[in-house]
Amino acid sequence: MKKMTTATLVAAGALMLGAGAATAEKLTVGLASETTSIDPQFHNVGPNNALSLHIFDRLILQDERQRLMPGLAVSWTPVDDLTWEFKLREGVKFHDGSDFTADDVVCTFERAPNVPNSPASFATYTKGKTVEKVDDYTVHFKTEEPYPLMGNDVSTVAIISDSVGCGATTEEFNNGTAAVGTGPYKFVSYTPGQSVVFERNEDYWGEKPEWTEVEFRPISSGPSRVAALLAGDVDVISGVPTTDITTLEGNDDVALYQGPSNRVIYLHMDQFRENSPHITALDGSEIKNPLLDVRVRKAISMAINRDAIVDRVMEGVAVPAGQLLPDGFFGVSENIEVPAYDPEGAKALLAEAGYGDGFAMTIHGPNDRYINDAKIAEAIAQMLTRVGIRTAVETMPRSVYFGRASSGSPEGEPEFSFILVGWGAGSGEASSPLKALIHTFDKDAGLGATNRGRHSNPDIDAKIKEALATVDDAKRQDLLAEATEMAMDTVAIIPTHFQVNTWGTRKGLAYAPRTDEYTIAMGVKKTN
Amino acid sequence: MSAFVIRRLLQAFLVMALMSVIVFFGVNVIGDPVYMLVSPDADQAELEAAIARLGLDRPIWEQYLLFLQGALRGDLGNSFIFGEPALKLIFHHMPATLELAFSALFLSVVIGIPLGLYAGLYPDNPISKGIMAGSILGFSLPTFWVGLMLIMVFAVELGWLPSTGRGDTATFLGIESSLFTADGLSHLFLPALNLALLKISLAVRLTRAGVREAMGQDYVKFARAKGLSTRRIIFVHVLKNIMIPVVTVMGLEFGSLIGFSVVTETIFAWPGMGKLLIDAILQLDRPVVVAYLMIIVLFFVIINLIVDILYSILDPRVRLQDQGA
Repeated sequence: MKKMTTATLVAAGALMLGAGAATAEKLTVGLASETTSIDPQFHNVGPNNALSLHIFDRLILQDERQRLMPGLAVSWTPVDDLTWEFKLREGVKFHDGSDFTADDVVCTFERAPNVPNSPASFATYTKGKTVEKVDDYTVHFKTEEPYPLMGNDVSTVAIISDSVGCGATTEEFNNGTAAVGTGPYKFVSYTPGQSVVFERNEDYWGEKPEWTEVEFRPISSGPSRVAALLAGDVDVISGVPTTDITTLEGNDDVALYQGPSNRVIYLHMDQFRENSPHITALDGSEIKNPLLDVRVRKAISMAINRDAIVDRVMEGVAVPAGQLLPDGFFGVSENIEVPAYDPEGAKALLAEAGYGDGFAMTIHGPNDRYINDAKIAEAIAQMLTRVGIRTAVETMPRSVYFGRASSGSPEGEPEFSFILVGWGAGSGEASSPLKALIHTFDKDAGLGATNRGRHSNPDIDAKIKEALATVDDAKRQDLLAEATEMAMDTVAIIPTHFQVNTWGTRKGLAYAPRTDEYTIAMGVKKTN
Repeated sequence: MSAFVIRRLLQAFLVMALMSVIVFFGVNVIGDPVYMLVSPDADQAELEAAIARLGLDRPIWEQYLLFLQGALRGDLGNSFIFGEPALKLIFHHMPATLELAFSALFLSVVIGIPLGLYAGLYPDNPISKGIMAGSILGFSLPTFWVGLMLIMVFAVELGWLPSTGRGDTATFLGIESSLFTADGLSHLFLPALNLALLKISLAVRLTRAGVREAMGQDYVKFARAKGLSTRRIIFVHVLKNIMIPVVTVMGLEFGSLIGFSVVTETIFAWPGMGKLLIDAILQLDRPVVVAYLMIIVLFFVIINLIVDILYSILDPRVRLQDQGA
């Protein structure tokens, strides 16, 4: 008996020691952008979605390369063309101890598109779907048309609790009363602009979280974020400025982790106006819009030295692009090469198209949206000028730029002729850029919404629509790749590079870079 | 005096009304907030729904009338981004800015005035010359650079103070502030010093000039002749007289400490109003920008009033009354 007590005591002591060591496991993260709410359905924007992943699981999760993996759903399969069956994980508990069931899923999808005052709602992902409970652990998602992207859409919506979450206001999420999910971390506190604190969910159904406590602090100024890491005030930072990368690489106290993102930087060209407002002959007189000619578009693509942009402007922190998504993503074509730099060939093509003397054009771009955006626009302008297209540069803050680029002309059409933009494929597969950027601008169908060049090709449209209606993954992958090949063939847009994101950690930690640019505590591991 | 105060309040109201027109129209002609808010994945129909929900489909004069209607009830609109009343957001961020501004003012007074006094009393002393040279640096070095240098030296190299952010807060006399905890003060010191640097220099130069002028005046000579101690002459008579310009300028500068703490708050990731403003400008959160500017105007108006009243206390010759008009 006595022996047993001692043993128990030792065990208890060991446990307490373990717990004592564990309490020291606090992780502090400095974020480049501020979270605007704890309510996971309030604002569909990267920083908020990343943060909400800690508290709230999704039915389907995305790994660091945005491949789908089971979350609160263990399987999702189409039972017929219009119905998807989701089998839910059993035995999962919310942070308040209540059970996770189909009721939570149903009410989540009712609330998600209808949050009051939401600046960008999740209606994008929930529209056209009705959710029906079959039994406690089975739900059916019904659509009016075959819908293959069900998994991708569902993976964006955070599951909240029927008992406390679904009827709650955004304010109740922010003060914590409704911030109850099934996720790996529990809500502790939220001070807007200052910090968000989580603690470990000891009963998490999945891989046990590594940190007992996590604090996120917004530090928007790049140099200050780096200084905070160097001073040891934070353990991990997102968005390491490209100018600091070389210095930090030489510092033994910090480690850098880089990975390509799903964001392609590309050029949109006016392909819907006979006379484009920012294109003239060299003497300033009006000319027919040369960008309507595929040879001119091809020449522009050949005149751009992508390697130089990556090496010089991006200081090596980017990947040259020849299509819409980097290698490894769903729907990427293996047959597309990055267009080679060929200024002589470009000149020849321009001459063949009847623009041997060149013309004058203005490139418009944002100056505070993408990494080094204004510098890239300047570099491209110089490269085009070299082949005879005298290109002026005009950059502006994104708050002004995007409105004008989308609907700034007197008729409410895109205002510019030749623009630099970026696109992050939120769904992590090629249909996202294809339907938004390449498909004909079609308001009724909700397609081509961000097609600011108004490129329009019925063959490509048909291919995209076919892909969007094909539930079979292998077939859809091929269709998307074919549509991409066709779009690159007619140079609907000119991709220049994929952004690479850089995270910094203190020595002894590692971060698994994510293509969706999220910074999450689940991705931070100890290396020793 | 009360007639004076009432008239000043009426003037203030007029200023506010004028400002509301300038600010509202000024902010509303720039850019397009819808594209800053909606998810890039949104289709055309959602875009239109967002425009309608934000009321941006109405003509601008109608938007302004709606804004005025709300403003008279104390509602300056909801933030586009946070979905909360703009005023609530600003008041939420105000304590952080106020404690920063008060600390900076405190530092500039306790450091600036003694140094200026010393430099004024012993103008040829090498230390005085050093102080004056230092004050030129304080004027001319850009705040963002000094801030980063302070972080590099005290946080990164020496590790004495935290680099960024606001520390723990505690509640004392009903006020929640980081002034009441050691952690809070350690976080506060660097940003407050950075913000105060320019004001310290200003206080040094104003005090020095005042002292130099006062020391040659008849009342000081008379006090000397009467046999008063130097100590009493300086600290009671001279200091009281030179305080008038110092109070005026520092009072007005306090407004600018609050209004323009933007740079310091951004560098030190200080969760104050300035940080809120700069984010609101970048993301075109118009209601927050408008509400912020209205509040800053109100601040300046009130501070000017307080300075006028302080005048009359410091200098009995000044009477608060209307001068014609």
